[in-house]
Amino acid sequence: MIRTLLRIHWTNLRRDRVAQLLTFVVPMAFFTIFALIFGGRGGGVTRRVHVAVVDESHTATSQRLVRALQAEKGLIVLTRVKAGGPARDTTRVPIDRARGEKLVRDGVAPVALVLPAGLDTSLARFDGGGVPILLLSDPSDPIAPQVVGGLLQKVVMSAMPDLFMKRGLGEFERYTGGLTPRQRQVVDQWLPQLSARAARDSAGAPAAGAGPGGDSAGAAGMSGLAKVEVVPVLGRKQDTSIISFYAAAIAVMFLLFAASAVAGTLLDEVDSGTLERVLSSHLGMTGLLTGKWIYITLLGMLQITVMFVYGMLAFRLDLLHHLPGFAVMTLFTAATAAAFGLFLASLCRTRAQLGGISMLIILVMSALGGSMFPRVFMTAAMQKAGLVTFNAWALDGYVKVFWREAPLAALLPQVGMLAGFMVVFLALARLFARRWERV
Amino acid sequence: MTVLRIQDARKAFGATQALCGVSLELGEGELLGLLGPNGAGKTTLVRALAGRVRLDGGTIELFGRRLSETETREGLGVVPQEIALYPLLTARENLEAFGSFNGLRGAALRDRVAWALEWTGLAERAREPIRRFSGGMRRRLNIACGVLHEPRVILLDEPTVGVDPQSRERIYEMLDRLRANGVSMLLTTHQLDEAEARCERIVIVDHGRVIAAGTLGDLVRDTVGARRVVTVKLDRAPAAPIEGLAGEGDGTIWRGPVHDVDVDVAAVLRRVAAAGRTVEDLEVRQPSLQSVFLHLTGRELRE
Repeated sequence: MIRTLLRIHWTNLRRDRVAQLLTFVVPMAFFTIFALIFGGRGGGVTRRVHVAVVDESHTATSQRLVRALQAEKGLIVLTRVKAGGPARDTTRVPIDRARGEKLVRDGVAPVALVLPAGLDTSLARFDGGGVPILLLSDPSDPIAPQVVGGLLQKVVMSAMPDLFMKRGLGEFERYTGGLTPRQRQVVDQWLPQLSARAARDSAGAPAAGAGPGGDSAGAAGMSGLAKVEVVPVLGRKQDTSIISFYAAAIAVMFLLFAASAVAGTLLDEVDSGTLERVLSSHLGMTGLLTGKWIYITLLGMLQITVMFVYGMLAFRLDLLHHLPGFAVMTLFTAATAAAFGLFLASLCRTRAQLGGISMLIILVMSALGGSMFPRVFMTAAMQKAGLVTFNAWALDGYVKVFWREAPLAALLPQVGMLAGFMVVFLALARLFARRWERV
Repeated sequence: MTVLRIQDARKAFGATQALCGVSLELGEGELLGLLGPNGAGKTTLVRALAGRVRLDGGTIELFGRRLSETETREGLGVVPQEIALYPLLTARENLEAFGSFNGLRGAALRDRVAWALEWTGLAERAREPIRRFSGGMRRRLNIACGVLHEPRVILLDEPTVGVDPQSRERIYEMLDRLRANGVSMLLTTHQLDEAEARCERIVIVDHGRVIAAGTLGDLVRDTVGARRVVTVKLDRAPAAPIEGLAGEGDGTIWRGPVHDVDVDVAAVLRRVAAAGRTVEDLEVRQPSLQSVFLHLTGRELRE
């Protein structure tokens, strides 16, 4: 009897393509996506961080540090921007603190690094004193300030070893009574060599006897010698921003599931004969799809709103100060998800097929589009790939509203793309639904 | 007066010719039975009438006006074979939905919903989701949703399939009330006894063609003839065949045609007695619609 049961189930699996898809293909698809994201492959390279550098110190040391930062492969350093005059004015000016903040606020760079006046006396101090280097950061990208901070320590160490030696010996002499003349002579000869080697390293030539591993170890061992302070520029606490991100991310993913499930009633109506009956009445296919689209849109808006209100009540998500942007993004996100659900339902022939296909597509879209983890964690190539998904544009819009506090006009690219997706999905749904009309 | 006329309807699905020139007429207040084996073309014809199938050729006239393929069938009601309702809605909500789809609004819709609930005997269960309803109740509601907008012509596709005899009687009582008001109906069914008992005229289609049409008497006369059939059950099988009858089974059942019941049945009884056997049971039957149907469409399975 057990053998008979095994045979029945195996035969069912062999004949059920959706079950095969869910059993074998979906896990492999996910494994591939996660491997590409966290394995740093996928045809791309590890993300390089844009950093705007504000030099308020204007000393040889600060200029050395800027050059060293520019040579760092993990960073894309901006030191000058357009003056901001007439559109045809291409004059570029050094970035000051206000411009640096604006670059962060506009999402051009996730971090602006401010080298303050008095930097020379602050670097490589062993007493923790001095004026700190500021990292004006975008809380929507929690990784970038960490990366920039770490690379800054490394750069300070590898670009200015002479400074550290000088400061170290100063501390040594302070507590031990000074070097002998012979020791002083050796040190004075060695410091220029250190400085010259650091300059060569900054210019790209590998330092003798110090490979990448050595640099990393050095940076790790001396971290904290350049005093750094991270300052979020968008005025919101990072924890609540993260909550608003995940409220949107999870809401969008489940919005897609809900939309495809509700749109699937179309297939139920085909099976039950209700669709045939409805189409025999005054209501045509266009009217039917329009009605369903409006309903799913309203349901989706309610679903997202419930999620954000819950976030507001349970996690102090600041919804009330962002209502206009939230309303615009929620309307377009829900309307596009509804169109997507109808497209999937019109594409499929059975409920089971819809269940399998929607599961695969929605999970892949959510992984690529940032619903499962922020796209800022991904490589540059994966971030670009994510832009083909509806999720990515929706989440970018919510990020603009809740983190960047962007005005409504700034949502135009996201809203435009969502509207474009929506039109395409609706057109395809109408096209595929023709098979249920007159034959 | 003819309210619905189909002339030379033709439709092919790929290489399959579903309708090959079907013509029929439905008179005002008439109940016309549309019969045929599976795959004969009945459903295609009904869907074409409902505007759901685009004919390759032929015409459909409703109330004397030729219909285009795409226009809404005003005055036509369709009752599908499936229970085409929303299972989570109540009886009232289903009626309101389909009434609305068919153009009813406001007070007119409320009045018709109240009428339909009374007509179907579901007024007391109007607020229950229909998934709790019995098969017969759903069938009645299914019919009501198709006639809510007061169509003068109704297409009924197997309206009594899967229900018990009591529900069937109730459904035909409901339909009779409509017919009493002059509503015309085209009924497709495999329940030949129902068609025989209820329909005034019958059209039999097969392979996309009308192969017979008329009253039951017309059909019998034109096919198997008007002769009755006598069947006798004997106590034992006779030693030799009985003249004028054909034996069946274990030799105790004998059957044969009779033209004049008074004369021919007495002759049969005399021949049985002459063979030394006793009649245990005797039946004289008119030819039925079933015999006509099988005569016309054969006994081979249609699958």
